[in-house]
Amino acid sequence: MSESDVTRGGLEGARPGREAVTGAHAGRRRRRRRDRRGEQPVVPEAHFSSYYGRPVLKAPPWRALDIAGYLFLGGLAGASSLLAAGGQVTGRPGLARVAKLGAAGAITVSLGALVHDLGRPARFVNMLRVVKPTSPMNIGSWLLAGYAPLTVAAAAADVTGRLRVMGAGATAVAAVLGPAVTTYTAVLLSDTAVPSWHEGYRELPFVFAGSGAAAAAGLALACAPPAQTEPARRMAVLGAVTELGAFRLMKRRMGLVAEPFEQGRPHRLLRGAELLTTAGAALAACADAVGRAGVGRRLGRVPAAVAGAALLTGSAALRFGVFHAGVASAQDPAYTVVPQRERLRARSG
Amino acid sequence: MNDGERTAAGPAGGAPPDTHRSLPHGPRADVARAAGHRDPPPRMGFFTDTSVCIGCKACEVACKEWNGVPEHGLELTGMSYDNTQGLGANSWRHVAFVEQRKPLGGQEPGVAHAGPDVFKAARALGTSPGAGTPAPETAPAGAPAGEIPPVAPGGRTELRWLMSSDVCKHCTQAACLDVCPTGALFRTEFGTVVLQEDVCNGCGYCVPACPYGVVGRREGDGRAWKCTLCYDRLGAGLEPACAKACPTDSIQFGPLEELRERAAARVAQLHAAGVRDARLYGESPEDGVGGDGAFFLLLDEPEVYGLPPDPVVTTRDLPAMWKQAALAAVSLAALGVAGFVRRPR
Ligand code: SF4
Ligand code: SF4
Repeated sequence: MSESDVTRGGLEGARPGREAVTGAHAGRRRRRRRDRRGEQPVVPEAHFSSYYGRPVLKAPPWRALDIAGYLFLGGLAGASSLLAAGGQVTGRPGLARVAKLGAAGAITVSLGALVHDLGRPARFVNMLRVVKPTSPMNIGSWLLAGYAPLTVAAAAADVTGRLRVMGAGATAVAAVLGPAVTTYTAVLLSDTAVPSWHEGYRELPFVFAGSGAAAAAGLALACAPPAQTEPARRMAVLGAVTELGAFRLMKRRMGLVAEPFEQGRPHRLLRGAELLTTAGAALAACADAVGRAGVGRRLGRVPAAVAGAALLTGSAALRFGVFHAGVASAQDPAYTVVPQRERLRARSG
Repeated sequence: MNDGERTAAGPAGGAPPDTHRSLPHGPRADVARAAGHRDPPPRMGFFTDTSVCIGCKACEVACKEWNGVPEHGLELTGMSYDNTQGLGANSWRHVAFVEQRKPLGGQEPGVAHAGPDVFKAARALGTSPGAGTPAPETAPAGAPAGEIPPVAPGGRTELRWLMSSDVCKHCTQAACLDVCPTGALFRTEFGTVVLQEDVCNGCGYCVPACPYGVVGRREGDGRAWKCTLCYDRLGAGLEPACAKACPTDSIQFGPLEELRERAAARVAQLHAAGVRDARLYGESPEDGVGGDGAFFLLLDEPEVYGLPPDPVVTTRDLPAMWKQAALAAVSLAALGVAGFVRRPR
């Protein structure tokens, strides 16, 4: 609050003292942070007024580990359900088992994270008190209430070898719900006033879909028998391409509010995510090519495990990056005021 | 305050069915009826005329007292007289103070202190009755109070001190209400937006959804809290505590339609007096939130007071968001299938 930063440009964020000139702070103009790598700013310098530089919006009160973790695990689970059903139908029991266990485990932990983040965890069931399409969190709760037991049933049937028909049914229905579980979390973020989340609502579901696919493929690569992971390798490549492409498009379309993705911690996380996902997908693609050439076995599990770990870490880093970028965009009044001012100016002609 | 104490003032067993439903977008005259109330009273609201606010913070105090809102910590911010800093779980009224180097308009600044000299009067106290009120001309030149603000040749002060008491806007299209997954936030028969603390599970979704940054989650308590527009007092036919306490009637409470008329007249009056800066904020049903149930008369751009210049309820884009998510889900499923399709060998 009353902290100030000493920068090369002088003191920033200092509160007015005895020598303060009246009004100098109230209508404070913003000095834009320069991009450290000397890139050209995407948008022109923004001048705006604010109330002592304080945010207009309130950032979400969520813990990063809980909510970004929830987004990541939900994506991992949802896309794993696709691999589970595919593995089952195409006779790849090893792949199916890993994917079923992954989906059940991930969704259970993610539900735990969601409940843990509530201010009143004991009241989680209040989420199911109403059905409200205007609340993505409400719809998501209903979705999870249906999906989570299905994944657990599918995994249990697979591991115990009993109730196979029921297990197959649960696997199939989970595969239908899985993609929705993966992409609804993008709506969860976008349906807020947080500028960097809301403005990305067109592309964010595709980013999350790609990232979820990459994560699920990563888990399968790391844990399933290599002979059965060809679909996962392809999924890794397609997922990575979708994620990275949609993210680029999103940032290009967002204008000023894309900035939080390019600064500080979110930038480091997202850059890491990009590198890990690209490397993981490339490694998976090589393994795919080598596998088709018939020499895959000799390579052993090491490259697959490395690719899998990279994909999983990349997907997690992406969610944390998106989470922190949104929080940063809510905490800086520029991202609220400047686009709204521009909108008003455009409307008035 | 105990769970359920306030809801006891509302309809039995919490909100009536469906009052947590969101309203269709676009201007809407009768919000309470649209939310499912039969025969509602007129929509009530606040008109906060900041041009007469004196920054006494009586509204902040009255609100805390009546609603049992805990203290929010004591911090000296250096932001003029504002140590409350903003609205949140523990501040349902917030008085903003803005110091500016700008004349106030063609008003009498009233700083010449040509009136009674209080110091002289004080010295004379108890000596001879009646001697404490000298004629204006006898006031000593350069009395301390007269020297402080520089006065422009036109008789205008060169600085102005803006004060404004902020509050939940009780939006027509309320994002907090729309996104609340439990239905804890609902629309009352007065057209206001109230949070039932005995239903709220503290998910915190309403917090980033509000385009004005009003609602907050209370530390240690875990639930979200915000202004109720004194739902309990309204039910008993009383005006909200802040409006009752405001000594200058800067906070005016009443039927929204009437307040809008009053506000239009006040802006016209100020413009006629030369205060060109006067403008209404949040009164138009055409704005991005369908109009505020609590609107303001401001003397500068909204962002100077920490208000968003053009707020839009986030759920306006929700149908498009669901569509995009559905498309992405289908793409993901297709992507999964593509992984399994056998390659021609
Ligand atoms: S101002 Fe914010 S908290 Fe108040 S009704 Fe509107 S959206 Fe809800
Ligand atoms: S914190 Fe409470 S009032 Fe806010 S959205 Fe969640 S359940 Fe509703």
